[in-house]
Amino acid sequence: MVSPILQVKSLTKAYETTYGELLVVDNINFSVMPGEFVCIVGPSGSGKTTLLQMLGGLLTPTEGAVLLAGQPLVAPPQEISMVFQKPNLMPWRTVLDNVTLPLQIQGVPRQEANEKGQRILQLVGLSEFAQAHPRELSGGMEQRVAVARALVQQPRILLLDEPFGALDALTRERLNREILHLWRTQKLTAIMVTHNIHEAVLLADRVLVLSPRPAVIAADFQIDLPRPRPQGIEYRESFGALAYQIRQAIRE
Amino acid sequence: MQQTIKIAPSQQVHPLEHRPGVQKRRWRKNRLELIALPAGIVLLISLWALIAKVGDYPTFILPDPLSVFNKLVEITFDGTLWHHTQTTLVEIVGGLALGLSTATILGYLLAKSPLLERLTGPYIVASQSVPAVAIAPLLVIWFGSGQISKILICALVVFFPILVNTIVGIRSVDKGLKTLMRSLQANRWQTFIMLEVPAAMPVLLGGLKIGVTLSVIGAVVGEFVGADRGLGYLISLSKGLFNTPMMFAALIALAAISLSLYLIVTGLERWLLAWRQ
Ligand SMILES: Nc1ncnc2c1ncn2[C@@H]1O[C@H](COP(=O)(O)OP(=O)(O)OP(=O)(O)O)[C@@H](O)[C@H]1O
Ligand SMILES: [Mg+2]
Repeated sequence: MVSPILQVKSLTKAYETTYGELLVVDNINFSVMPGEFVCIVGPSGSGKTTLLQMLGGLLTPTEGAVLLAGQPLVAPPQEISMVFQKPNLMPWRTVLDNVTLPLQIQGVPRQEANEKGQRILQLVGLSEFAQAHPRELSGGMEQRVAVARALVQQPRILLLDEPFGALDALTRERLNREILHLWRTQKLTAIMVTHNIHEAVLLADRVLVLSPRPAVIAADFQIDLPRPRPQGIEYRESFGALAYQIRQAIRE
Repeated sequence: MQQTIKIAPSQQVHPLEHRPGVQKRRWRKNRLELIALPAGIVLLISLWALIAKVGDYPTFILPDPLSVFNKLVEITFDGTLWHHTQTTLVEIVGGLALGLSTATILGYLLAKSPLLERLTGPYIVASQSVPAVAIAPLLVIWFGSGQISKILICALVVFFPILVNTIVGIRSVDKGLKTLMRSLQANRWQTFIMLEVPAAMPVLLGGLKIGVTLSVIGAVVGEFVGADRGLGYLISLSKGLFNTPMMFAALIALAAISLSLYLIVTGLERWLLAWRQ
C-alpha cells in the first residue's frame, strides 16, 4: 500500500487584519498520493492561494499541519516547487540564469547548473532563447520559463497557482498539454489551482471544490477519464457531465 | 498527442541581440554620439571667439579663446592646474564615497525597518530644511580649511538624494520576486545580492548621477568659503587678481571633471543595466 506524499491535517488559516481576524481556510483535510494530479477549483477569494501557499510551506498555518512524506512542513522544502500566477522572472537575468536561479541558491557549481538548465529549457522548447532576456519573450514563453525554473531542481511535487490564467485560450491549451506531458515524464505529483472547470477535468485525476470563504472542501471528484487523455476528449459526453457536476458543486 | 510542443521553424524568432539590423542601428547611434560631442564643443568655442572679437571687450571681462588657451597651456606646464585639480578631485571623490556609502547603508536599513524610519525620519527631513552648503562655513571652522572640511561638505550634499533613492529602490523590489526567493529558500545574503541589489540598481544609479553633480558643487562652495588650494580657490584667487583667463581655465577644468564623472556613471549604467536596452 502506497502512503500519501502530502497530507493536510485540520489545516486552518486566519489572517490578522486591521478589521479583525479573517478566517480564510477552515479545518481542511485531504491527502495526495504520489503521482496524482489534483486540481483545486473554487470561487474567487475563497482561499485557494492561501491554501496552496501553506502546501508549499510559504505560509504558516494558524492551526493544523501539512505533512510531506509524514514530516510536518516548517519552511519551503526542496521537494516542492511553485509556479505562480505571474511568471516572476528577474528582468536583469537571461532566460538561462532565471532557470538556474534555484540551483545557484543551492550552491550548485555554475557549469553543472547551466547544463541542467539547458536540458530543462530543451524540455519546454526554449533552448534558442537561453541567452534572451525576459522582456524579449511573449507572456506564454515567460510562463514556460517559470515552469522550467520550477522543474530544474527536480521536485517531487509541483504546485501551480492559476499559472496560465493571464494567457489566451490557445496558448493556455498548449501549455496545459505541456504540463501534462512533463507531469507524466518527470513522474511528478501536481496540485494546480484553476478557475477553469474544463481545464481541471482535462488535467486532473481528482478535482477538489472549495466552498466560498472560509474554505472547506465542498466536493471531491474522481476523474476517471482515460490517460493519456485522447484528442477531442473535451467533446465527449462523460467529460461534459463531469464538468457540469463540478460546476453545480461550486457555490458563489 | 502528448509530445513536447515543438516550435515550428517558421515561428522561430532569434533573440534580439543576434539580429544583424539591431547591431548596425546601435552602432550608428554610438557613432552619432561620438561626433555630436566634439562638434558641439567646436561650435561653442567658435561662437565665443566671435562674440569676443565683435564685442572687443577688455580681457578681464571676456577673454578670447586663444588667451584662455595660452593660460591653460601655461598653468598646465608649470603644474599649477594639476595641483588644484587634483585637490578638488580628491575632495569630490572622497566626499562622494563617504556620502554614498553612509547613505546607501542607512537607506537600506531604513527601507528594511519601518520602525527605524519612523524614529529617525523626522530628524532626517528636518536636517534637509537647512541647505547643506549653508553649513559649509561651520564645517570650515570646525575642521579647518584643508580637504577634510570639503570632503564632509560634499558628503553632506550628496547624502540626502542618495538616501532617498536607496529607500525608494529597495522598497520597490517586486513582491512576487520576494516570495519567489523565499520559496527557493534563499538566505538573507542571497536575497540581498541576487534580488535587492540588481532590482534597486536603476534607482541607485539615478541617485549616483545626481550625487556626482552635487559633489562638484559641494567642493567648489567649500573652497570658496575657505581654502588654500583647489579649483574653487583658484577661481576666487583669479577674481582677486582680475585674471579672467585663469578663471576660465579653472572653469574648464571643473567642467572636465564634471563631464568625466558623468561619463563614468553613464558608462556604469550602460554596463550594469545592459539588460534594459
Ligand atoms: N496577506 C493577507 N492578509 C489579509 N488577508 C488576506 C491576505 N491574503 C489573502 N487575504 C484574504 O483571504 C481571502 C482569500 O484570499 P486568497 O488569495 O487565498 O483567495 P483565492 O481563492 O486565491 O482568490 P482568487 O481566486 O481571486 O485568486 C481573501 O478574502 C483575501 O482578502
Ligand atoms: Mg489566488
